[in-house]
Amino acid sequence: MTREAFERELHRLKDDVVQMGERAGEAIHRAVEALRTRDVAAAEQVIAEDDAIDALHMDLEQRCMRLLATQQPMAGDLRTIASVFAITIDLERMADHAEGISRAVKRLGTEPLVKPLVDIPKMEAQIQEMVRDMLDAVRAQDPRLARQAAAKDDVVDELRNRVLHDLLGIMIKDPQTIPRALELLIVARHLERAADHITNVCERVVYMVTGELRELNV
Amino acid sequence: MQTRTPALIDHTTGIQAQDVHAWFDRLHALRGISMTVPERKVTAVIGPSGCGKSTFLRCINRMHELVPEARVSGRVLLGQENVYDEAADPVLVRRRIGMVFQKANPFPTMSIYNNVAAGLTLAGERDRRKVEQIVEQSLRAAALWDEVKDRLHKPGTSLSGGQQQRLCIARALAVSPEVLLMDEPASALDPASTLRIEELARELANDITIVIVTHNMQQAARVSDFTGFFLDGELIEYGPTNDLFTKPRDRRTEDYITGRFG
Repeated sequence: MTREAFERELHRLKDDVVQMGERAGEAIHRAVEALRTRDVAAAEQVIAEDDAIDALHMDLEQRCMRLLATQQPMAGDLRTIASVFAITIDLERMADHAEGISRAVKRLGTEPLVKPLVDIPKMEAQIQEMVRDMLDAVRAQDPRLARQAAAKDDVVDELRNRVLHDLLGIMIKDPQTIPRALELLIVARHLERAADHITNVCERVVYMVTGELRELNV
Repeated sequence: MQTRTPALIDHTTGIQAQDVHAWFDRLHALRGISMTVPERKVTAVIGPSGCGKSTFLRCINRMHELVPEARVSGRVLLGQENVYDEAADPVLVRRRIGMVFQKANPFPTMSIYNNVAAGLTLAGERDRRKVEQIVEQSLRAAALWDEVKDRLHKPGTSLSGGQQQRLCIARALAVSPEVLLMDEPASALDPASTLRIEELARELANDITIVIVTHNMQQAARVSDFTGFFLDGELIEYGPTNDLFTKPRDRRTEDYITGRFG
């Protein structure tokens, strides 16, 4: 591989990470939308499309391995490849959480929800903001944007606590609701974990650009 | 694992270069190098061809001045002593600061044994038992003893390239140097022999100070504790190897080690 081809491949890696991140964010959005509209078919579609995101992950991982083996990258190049390697794992897990939400939607079927959806859509909206900032940070190689995205994880955690609190109240009042309430709790848990993966990605973006590897938002 | 050789470990020290300049006639090859090479560590010197890294190495043990029209200024401290002090004996300096070169250069007419013993004999050592003992110690320290112990009186040139390089290392070790300078010691060797030389450098650093010049960035990254990047006769960046290869501070270092120039 020539130096120019190597440079092109490094750019492609970042472009493909952005594409994978967009798809993972989209999967989360569609899973929560399926819950909101009680659309089991849409949930099944999210589950089916997870394979494509898994395939992107495998492809990126293999390309990183090939570059490590053949190019002996150093400094910024090494940090980019090592970061892409780590980022794809987090994005793949993010998509797995979309799949998890979709499975909860399927289990709920057409049964009535135990409470109106208020905080879960808010969590999802917050996650979409985080995804946007995260992907802008990758595109612009901007650690400030990455830190900004990671800082929003607190809001997601806060909303998840509210969901937990509300659902506990409902379950205590009427144990009949427990199976359905648990499904919403599972959804909130998946969203909270998805936001954690975004935070991980942001940490890697900071490392890629600055060489500084630190946990964000601890 | 080779056994440690007590003869090699009783004294060692680091090097301090202070504002070292070097010229080849009117070519100003080194422009004020100041760097501290810590004792019993491996320090790598990297940089593109013509950057002055080998010249720097040859200034450390006063070999630069052997080139006609070559000059040096500044100080090179070995411990507390300036090797350029008027009272310093260059021959003694070179005994304390040994060197191995890119191409293995065993004395062609000499046996393996005599190659290693040569420095001792030159230094006036007459005790045959002692010479035998030091030859064995040095060959062990150079990780060569097991391969040559049954053919010590065969010519040094009968060995493979990698073995010849280790023979040269044994020869340098025989006179108990405090510092070993390695000028691209593995650039002519196959990958397996290269790794043996690298392992050897790491092992020797338990006892002596090693400075290695290399064009092979992965080698510098694998073998050294500290790395200095030279460019156009200047030391651009110097620090722990791990930092230099993962997050260099200077753009020129980044560009060089990522292959964007040089």
